[in-house]
Amino acid sequence: MAHAEHAAAANPILQEVKPASLPRAVLVENNRSFSWITEKICNIIEGKTPTWWWVCFILACFVASFTVAGIVYLVATGVGVWGHANPVNWAWDIVNFVFWIGIGHAGTLISAILCLLRQKWRTSINRAAEAMTIFAVVCAAIFPVFHVGRVWYAWYLFPIPNSNVIWQNFRSPLEWDVFAVSTYGTVSVLFWYVGLIPDLAVLRDRFFAAGNKFRSFLYGLFAMGWRGSNRHWSNYEMAYLILAGISTPLVLSVHTIVSFDFAVSLLPGWHTTIFPPYFVAGAIFSGFGMVLTLMLPLRAVYGLQDLITQYHIDCMCKITLATGTIVGYAYGMEFFIAWYGANPYEGFAFVNRAFGHYAWAYWIMISCNVITPQFFWFKKIRENTALVWILSIFVNVGMWFERFVIIVTSLARDFLPSSWGYYSPSIVEIFTFFGTFGVFSVLFLLFIRFLPVMPMAELKAVTPQADVHGGHDHH
Amino acid sequence: MSAPSYGLIATFNTAPELYHAAEQVRDAGYRNWDCITPFPVHGLDKAMGLKRSIVPRISLAGGITGFCTGMTMIWWTGAVDYKLIVGGKPYFSPMFAFPVSYELTILFTAFATIIGMFVLNGLPMHYHPVLKYDQIRKGMDDTFFIVIEARDPRFNLANTKALLEKAGGKAIAELEP
Repeated sequence: MAHAEHAAAANPILQEVKPASLPRAVLVENNRSFSWITEKICNIIEGKTPTWWWVCFILACFVASFTVAGIVYLVATGVGVWGHANPVNWAWDIVNFVFWIGIGHAGTLISAILCLLRQKWRTSINRAAEAMTIFAVVCAAIFPVFHVGRVWYAWYLFPIPNSNVIWQNFRSPLEWDVFAVSTYGTVSVLFWYVGLIPDLAVLRDRFFAAGNKFRSFLYGLFAMGWRGSNRHWSNYEMAYLILAGISTPLVLSVHTIVSFDFAVSLLPGWHTTIFPPYFVAGAIFSGFGMVLTLMLPLRAVYGLQDLITQYHIDCMCKITLATGTIVGYAYGMEFFIAWYGANPYEGFAFVNRAFGHYAWAYWIMISCNVITPQFFWFKKIRENTALVWILSIFVNVGMWFERFVIIVTSLARDFLPSSWGYYSPSIVEIFTFFGTFGVFSVLFLLFIRFLPVMPMAELKAVTPQADVHGGHDHH
Repeated sequence: MSAPSYGLIATFNTAPELYHAAEQVRDAGYRNWDCITPFPVHGLDKAMGLKRSIVPRISLAGGITGFCTGMTMIWWTGAVDYKLIVGGKPYFSPMFAFPVSYELTILFTAFATIIGMFVLNGLPMHYHPVLKYDQIRKGMDDTFFIVIEARDPRFNLANTKALLEKAGGKAIAELEP
């Protein structure tokens, strides 16, 4: 204190400087009570199934049947029904795989990285975003699993003793990817489930009170007998923090390893060290695009404006802007290094991307991924929910094209001009990919119908009345 | 009084009330007692006098096991059990074994953390006297409880009840075992 006075005397200006009092953004608007949150979230599950849900569900099932048809035809016929031909041995299957797995990354970013950074605004969107992660991984897994051709041998991907006594090649990034993606899927499910336990206990007791013994039993079974004990919360919160702590390096490593599939090869356009950070930024960018695409309609349909506030939308838009700008920088840097590296093959690969046969795809990618997010600089645009939703669709489209550009342009113009060609997908690939949106929607609709779309316990913990020193302090 | 009850339960309507009551129960020297809250109340561990959770130690053990499993598996399968030259690369190197070992570290840590959390909490336990309390549904919603178990050496029906009342507890009731 004396020191501060001394400093103030030495610099009279300091006496005039007052610390700014910045108002904290409210995370739950209109000063809602704990039981309002419980009612709001539980009523979504307990109420009658809305008509729009059935319409969407039937439509989603119809779309999903395209994937089923595509896969059945592929398994019955052979992987040749896809449009791949040497040298384009990877095309839509890997494009779609990377696209879906990238979408999942925003869910883990929200649930893990923002948890570690104590960004409390994550609470209202993390449950749905984690669900999105899991369902996106399911959709992603379809492609590499069926790309192996004889899918009944897919278990060869894992080191399981087999009659050939041979083991997997652990020197290959493709094998690393098997471990990365399967770990990612497993840990995402575990993390999601741990978050659900207290909320399942709420539903167990509510259904019991309502006399629905069957649903009470089911929710209770998975609630593991949770009783809100603080001795349990103590271990639970620590476990949750550790899961967040390990999911953070996990999510960064998964897309890093996905990028190794390309970067560890020798193909011009793939063999670059910028790939891991560039892929991770792109994954988060695309994931936030998808989170906005999903959350904005959900918010409107269920009237969750008090829980997903304008502040939440602002935050999501800003992350989309930041990661989109990183992606734009990476595109520029790839070109710079291709020129600066003075490797004619590398240089050709990039000039070919922008001005070759696939230039149309390249410019769709640039306009969707570099230009679209720049609109989020403007508050007016961030406050226009419909416009944000439309822009988020552009982000999704752009990120699909990014993977298409990376994979197909590099392969279609490889080292031997005699093998150059132009890849187009077959109808079977188009069906299979189109259908995955249905698979994803079916799973997501089931989720919002049967599980709490927001973590009630976490939401209650960020309300002002949860603070034990707020106003009632006797000390 | 040696009633065959599990213990006493007291209701608190707000988080600050519970917090200060917990401090009083802690200071009275009780050990077998608990707070029932609908969400993790920040700072309540300190008010209850709980030690830091030991889940991290279990997680660490899981992580080390995972990393060693990865390295050992890749070394044994590639350099011992079935040697195969691929691309002129060594049979084993910690470099190429790292990504898989890294993922297994995370995978095993996750399982160890969750299993450790369940074991430490004694879950799953689908029957518990607290869950039989007819107001427990509120404890999952917006109400807070303190439960003092009868097996606590300091437990005395009259005195414990008086303590809970003094601490601001309402609707104090005995729990069936």
